[in-house]
Amino acid sequence: MTNRRDFIKVSGIGVGGLAISASALGVYKSLATSPPKGSELKVNTDRTPTICEICFWKCAGWVYKNDEGKIWKIVGNHEDQHSNGRFCPRGTGGPGQYYDEDRLKHPLIRTGERGEGLFRKASWDEAFDHIAAKMKSIAEEHGPECLAMLTHGSGGKYFGTLLKAFGSNNIAAPSYAQCRGPREVAYHMTFGEGVGSPERIDIRDTKCLVLIGSHLGENMHNGQVQEMSDAIDKGATIITVDPRFSIAASKSKYWMPIKPATDLALLLSWIHVLIYDELYDKEHVEKNTYGFEQLKAHVKNMTPEWAYGITTLAPDVIRKTAKEMADAAPAVIVHPGRHVTWYGDDTQRSRAMAILNGLLGSWGSRGGFYNPETISIPDWPHPPYPVPNRTWRDAYPGKYNLAYETIASGICDATIPDLNKGCSFKGWIVNGTNLLKTIPDAAKTIEAIKHLEMLVVIDTMPMAITDWADVVLPECTYLERYDTIRNSPHRKPAIALRMPAADPMYDTKPAYWMAKELSIRLGLEDYFSWNSIEEMLDWQLKQVGSSLEEMQGIGVKTFERSYDDLYADREQDMEFLTNTGKIELYSTALAAEGFDPIPNYTAHPEAPPGFYRLSYGRAPMHTFGRTANNALLKDLMKENSVWINPKIAGEWDIKNGQYIWLENQDGVRSSFPIRARITERTRWDSVYMVHGFGHTNKKLSRAYGRGASDSELITKVMLDPIMGGTGMRGNFVTFKFKPKKEEAAS
Amino acid sequence: MRYAMAVDTKKCVGCSDCVVACQTENNVPIGYCRDWVVESTHGTYPQLEIEIRSERCNHCDNAPCVRCCPTGASHYADGGIVLVTPNKCIGCGACITSCPYDARYPHPDGYVDKCTFCIHRVKKGLEPACVSACPTKCMYFGDLDDPKSPVSEILKVRKHKTLIPEAGTKPQLYFLI
Repeated sequence: MTNRRDFIKVSGIGVGGLAISASALGVYKSLATSPPKGSELKVNTDRTPTICEICFWKCAGWVYKNDEGKIWKIVGNHEDQHSNGRFCPRGTGGPGQYYDEDRLKHPLIRTGERGEGLFRKASWDEAFDHIAAKMKSIAEEHGPECLAMLTHGSGGKYFGTLLKAFGSNNIAAPSYAQCRGPREVAYHMTFGEGVGSPERIDIRDTKCLVLIGSHLGENMHNGQVQEMSDAIDKGATIITVDPRFSIAASKSKYWMPIKPATDLALLLSWIHVLIYDELYDKEHVEKNTYGFEQLKAHVKNMTPEWAYGITTLAPDVIRKTAKEMADAAPAVIVHPGRHVTWYGDDTQRSRAMAILNGLLGSWGSRGGFYNPETISIPDWPHPPYPVPNRTWRDAYPGKYNLAYETIASGICDATIPDLNKGCSFKGWIVNGTNLLKTIPDAAKTIEAIKHLEMLVVIDTMPMAITDWADVVLPECTYLERYDTIRNSPHRKPAIALRMPAADPMYDTKPAYWMAKELSIRLGLEDYFSWNSIEEMLDWQLKQVGSSLEEMQGIGVKTFERSYDDLYADREQDMEFLTNTGKIELYSTALAAEGFDPIPNYTAHPEAPPGFYRLSYGRAPMHTFGRTANNALLKDLMKENSVWINPKIAGEWDIKNGQYIWLENQDGVRSSFPIRARITERTRWDSVYMVHGFGHTNKKLSRAYGRGASDSELITKVMLDPIMGGTGMRGNFVTFKFKPKKEEAAS
Repeated sequence: MRYAMAVDTKKCVGCSDCVVACQTENNVPIGYCRDWVVESTHGTYPQLEIEIRSERCNHCDNAPCVRCCPTGASHYADGGIVLVTPNKCIGCGACITSCPYDARYPHPDGYVDKCTFCIHRVKKGLEPACVSACPTKCMYFGDLDDPKSPVSEILKVRKHKTLIPEAGTKPQLYFLI
């Protein structure tokens, strides 16, 4: 967390912080006559609409320029439901991405070995010709399906169109199998619909918010953090289950410091209490759910006393918190979380949370889960896509049938040639995702990359993955480009526009331009038949009663709902898109696939002696590893630290602030040292660190070597058999006091 | 007229948006800040509490920085806002040393800089940048002499404190606890 000392330290270089010496002050005294900058600014009120791209929340805002015509600041758009006119620190710090002098500046073609990071500057024509030739040769030799895209962010839309037109639909985002996938499957199994993004949760009006490891406030999911603050104002009860005393825990009436990896036992005991203490919504359960009797029989022995032995949580607190939820029902949210790939039984844990919401009647209720709405914007007309002969699913016959999206880690695994797998990928297009950090077990990802005939990386910044690329395409930042219209589900349907606030710096280009240029070289230009992005956006906007000109002026346009059904009418019969048309407490779809139709608790491996479970999370001023080099945000947090309980630190004689190395159960040691943060806020059986640091690309002048990478230490993956999610919290670390190479030498 | 600010420690999540919003709004150079976030933890696991405070210049009624400034660069402006006139400042640093809140920093352009309560925005009827950006809406700003101002309204109903009251500076930055 930022504190004043950090800033003093930064500002004190050569000045000495508080103990300012007269001689040092003399240095700037001599400059005292230079004209002041800052608060005397003449404000140019010209503003352009944008959609933030620093995270996936996609807040709409305004970019302001200073009187020199340069990008100055970014603030929220008050019409926007994602931000309500208030950006989070990352969005406010957006200019730091635009001004970053370490950005990718021109197309690059590899000259060294993969991974060496040696490139030559190339022209766009050269880069495109190279890619088009490779794509054609892969298609001829192996089939177009052997191309895959791994993507995160707006540009993926255009490269996706290109890939589908080319004959492959293997388009995967690590945000599914490495993040929210299990939750989406679990809610589909239970309610027939996913949770989506932004999550359809009515925190604003809730009376009770239950967070299972969700650290709202540290993860700055803007709208949710704002609504949590509203809920605090309105006196809502917050219950936080987390081994760590998170910021959310500190705002909670009940903090339940659970033993890590035992959440399912708690959830099942809550279900037990709701049923056996008759606290559930009886009328609703009778009318709208399927499988109640099976569920009741299933949890019969899963009492709070049973859970106590597993979770270390006191039975009376388990009962009291269940009562709090029931008292608030249906205005209660057992928060589905977002990054839920923890222990490999994540779909089942998410199911248990969904079942709790089902019993409490919160689905479709005010203060529970609302019914979001979007409007339909047609795509620019294009020829139909060819039907691919094979897909990624052919590599996994009979597996992951319940995964609705492509599994990024599955693409990665299926790239390594295997006689048992029907599909082997030969070319990857990687857009805006640093795969070596987003998919666990980087060694496997590198193994896959070594088998590729083509690896194209599109990004704004040099990252670990760019060093492995054959061709790097530098995208301009979101502040320098148009993009797809934002059309995301919310309480009211709304659209938002991103337009360039400045011309692209360096020789960078938008993704839509790159995809269109490539389409011409591949004979697929019919799929990109618009003359300019403005023409396409204007056409799309006119289909929904707006126009590019209107959106340039307002940024966000909100529509009225087609029906008054933000919340379900409890008097009417409710129908759910499950097999039985009911909320499935007993999942018929899971049963059909041979999985537990009702979740079971299974014990997960525990740390060997001298090791501690590695848990990781977010800091509000950073998004994954993408912002570590942003000068404004690095100023707030320049490196991560490893949180260690004082008892453990005492045993190891580790001092607060000391740099140490972490080594995991497989002997993988962090590339860089990490500072110890000795704090009571974490348990003695686990350590915690913020994800997204320990960058290995030396071209990141502010981020290289700062802190340690949790991803690097996650070499054990606990695979979710239901949907292929990669559970990442089954890794254990111990403390080392030297880098590995020094130890080997001595 | 007496401008003041109140920060709700119960709602603040410590995200530091106030810091970045101030830095961009006021062109504060990289590496410096006019406001900052302090997080203090008390207790032992699992009996713990955290107080998070977004701190800045307290715009004191009895400001030691104004008293000790040899050139008059540090002064009280309308509404009790404590300001520095950059071209009167000789950078002697006496104000930095005198401030019990550590709220001032030496600007690389050669003068001492600090929070202005965004007086340039307030004059136009806008809120200070930090207040208007805060995602948790945990900051309240306004005129204490106006009983209807957001800061007056919240101080009427919420328990609050100031920092280091024993220094006798009469600070005008309140923390809701």
